[in-house]
Amino acid sequence: MTVQRINMPQLGESVTEGTVSNWLVKVGDYVEKYDAIAEVMTDKVNAEVPSSFSGVIKELVAEEGEAIEVGQLMCYIEVEGEDPAEHASSTTPVTNEKEQQQAGELTMKTRYSPVVMRLAQEHQIDLATVSGSGKGGRITRKDIEKVIAGEKSVTKSKQTEEKDEKTSQQDMQVEEQDFTPPIIRRQPVQTRQGDREIPVTGIRKTIAQNMVRSKTEIPHAWMMIEVDVTNLVAYRNAEKDKFKETEGYNLSYFAFFLNAVAKALKKFPELNSCWAGDKIIQRKEINLSIAVAHGHELYVPVIKNVDEKSIKGIAKEVAELSNKARTGTLTQEDMEGGTFTVNNTGSFGSVQSMGVINYPQAAILQVESIVKRPVIIDDMFAARDMVNLCLSLDHRVLDGVICGDFMSHVKAILENISSDTTPIY
Amino acid sequence: MAVLTYIQAVNQALKEEMEKDEKVFVLGEDVGKRGGVFLATAGLYEQFGEERVMDTPLAESAIAGVGIGAAMYGMRPVAEMQFADFIMPAVNQIISEAARIRYRSNNDWNSPITIRAPYGGGVHGALYHSQSIEAIFANQPGLKVVMPSSPYDVKGLLKAAIRDDDPVLFLEHKKAYRLLKEEVPEEDYVLPIGKANTVRDGDDVTVITYGLCVHFAKQAAEKLEQEGINTEILDLRTVYPLDKEAIIKAASKTGKVLLVTEDNKEGSIIGEVAAIISENCMFDLDAPIRRLAGPDVPAMPYAPTLEKEFMMNPEKIEQAIRDLAEF
Repeated sequence: MTVQRINMPQLGESVTEGTVSNWLVKVGDYVEKYDAIAEVMTDKVNAEVPSSFSGVIKELVAEEGEAIEVGQLMCYIEVEGEDPAEHASSTTPVTNEKEQQQAGELTMKTRYSPVVMRLAQEHQIDLATVSGSGKGGRITRKDIEKVIAGEKSVTKSKQTEEKDEKTSQQDMQVEEQDFTPPIIRRQPVQTRQGDREIPVTGIRKTIAQNMVRSKTEIPHAWMMIEVDVTNLVAYRNAEKDKFKETEGYNLSYFAFFLNAVAKALKKFPELNSCWAGDKIIQRKEINLSIAVAHGHELYVPVIKNVDEKSIKGIAKEVAELSNKARTGTLTQEDMEGGTFTVNNTGSFGSVQSMGVINYPQAAILQVESIVKRPVIIDDMFAARDMVNLCLSLDHRVLDGVICGDFMSHVKAILENISSDTTPIY
Repeated sequence: MAVLTYIQAVNQALKEEMEKDEKVFVLGEDVGKRGGVFLATAGLYEQFGEERVMDTPLAESAIAGVGIGAAMYGMRPVAEMQFADFIMPAVNQIISEAARIRYRSNNDWNSPITIRAPYGGGVHGALYHSQSIEAIFANQPGLKVVMPSSPYDVKGLLKAAIRDDDPVLFLEHKKAYRLLKEEVPEEDYVLPIGKANTVRDGDDVTVITYGLCVHFAKQAAEKLEQEGINTEILDLRTVYPLDKEAIIKAASKTGKVLLVTEDNKEGSIIGEVAAIISENCMFDLDAPIRRLAGPDVPAMPYAPTLEKEFMMNPEKIEQAIRDLAEF
């Protein structure tokens, strides 16, 4: 019997670490070689880690939710038979020693050195609030000194501000405090007879975390406009069969909406930005995240530089990304770099929805169902193809006026679509 | 200013002191006509004659004893032990006589002798030509043990040792003799015995060491600076008695202390340095005091691979500093 280590595998070329979202085994379980032992997530790509050995799980070193660097220890497994490496190499005891060290390092967070204790007492610093940069998260003298230096500058600036403008004192204090989401203590939900418990794992867990983060951190505001897309419908209907025949994929409405949004973002770059605490970062590239659902999972792959692409180019990428999502072959790269999200909620019949912003972007636009409705034009009823566009915005970054202008511009582009203004190729 | 090697600085200091004070004379094995096995006394015999540059028999006890006696009668002898490893027969003279005489005679007598000895390894010298012997002499009140780390320090400290009114054991690292070169002022200057020297400022890790290891520590520190690790280096210069004030100051500055010696670890100089730090710096320490030293085996081996394993080098120091910085 020998104990072997299972390390975090390389899950993609540029991937340097993975988060263990869910252990699929527990200590004492017997696993065959290549059996999945854990679900690991890198951003939104979810993967299962196969066991490198057949044997009994001895110890789970990585905790759920913990990010582990590629090549670092995840768990120990006891393997039957002898380890050939033990005969061949004399380095085995050295690696064992290292493993022990690594295991020991996790306990360093609350090991305080004398100087750290002294400085904390002298400056009345709660060590629980200080993050450590030393081995195993240990708080070093320098960490404490940084906190002390930071405090001094804060108190200093507070004093000068008080002198300068006593009236706005209250506002100042509010500004200085960093936002921390409230911790809500809730009673555990009871299961009743016949209920089915579904463990929250993998993608679902990530979705939940991202949603909570977005909704608690970003102050959402919402608006909706109505767009008359009769021209678009006529144009698209005229072209779609020929397009499908020559290109092999659908000429979707969605491509036209993405095109219009990209054009409008070019004019209103304020919406193509994100909140970064003390500043707002306005993105140069227009990379549109598009929400793609597959089964119970939601992916948000990215079409890059949409402003540089034709309708055909956009339609092609939408088709490719949807296909990848369906076959579970989306890569980390496909998910990265989004600057604004467009969500095709109309595809499942919705006519109105309030999107949750794709953190840390500043806004999300929902394209609803295109519905034929009676509309009054020149005091006469007309049957028109109408669509609602809904925008959720980060009210820290954006205000109603700019968003209204943006939406009007999108509306103008869409209502004037024809083969002249918007060629497919 | 001329660039001098470590050994040239020894030679220059001896020459200048002999020119300045006729009471100064040197004695030792092969120091005269041969100019010393390392040429530390080269040219002195020709300049000052056989009465002031004396070749002696192969008898370290006599070399020390004659020197101590002459010193007590007002001379300023500089006795040379050909290798520090051979100092053992002279230990009784040095410790029981030279170090004690002022105390024993209630200040009536003193013995201003300087005993030079090349110590240290890394030169394929094996057992009898590689040892560090400073720890043997490091708890003998009345004796001073000086171990310079650079040509500049050699000149200033050797002059100070010769002019000191009490016995000084002056230990020169033989690997440093021709390895270390730097500009050394031509004018007369002395450096204080009993004072340590900060050779480098840093705020991440403090290295306290002496002799050739200072050079290694500087090399390691320069490399680590590129990684953003700033190393404070304190050169003890005098290893007995120790400059407690400087040690406490340097240790408290970073709270992470690395002590380096080429000597065997247990019972070495740096053990005493560690004791001073733990007595005085408890509430400034941010990491356990770390000692980097030779292994506790009788002597440096001859086999190159084993010698390398035993010998201190910049890589070992670099790794130890990095470990402490990351702690």
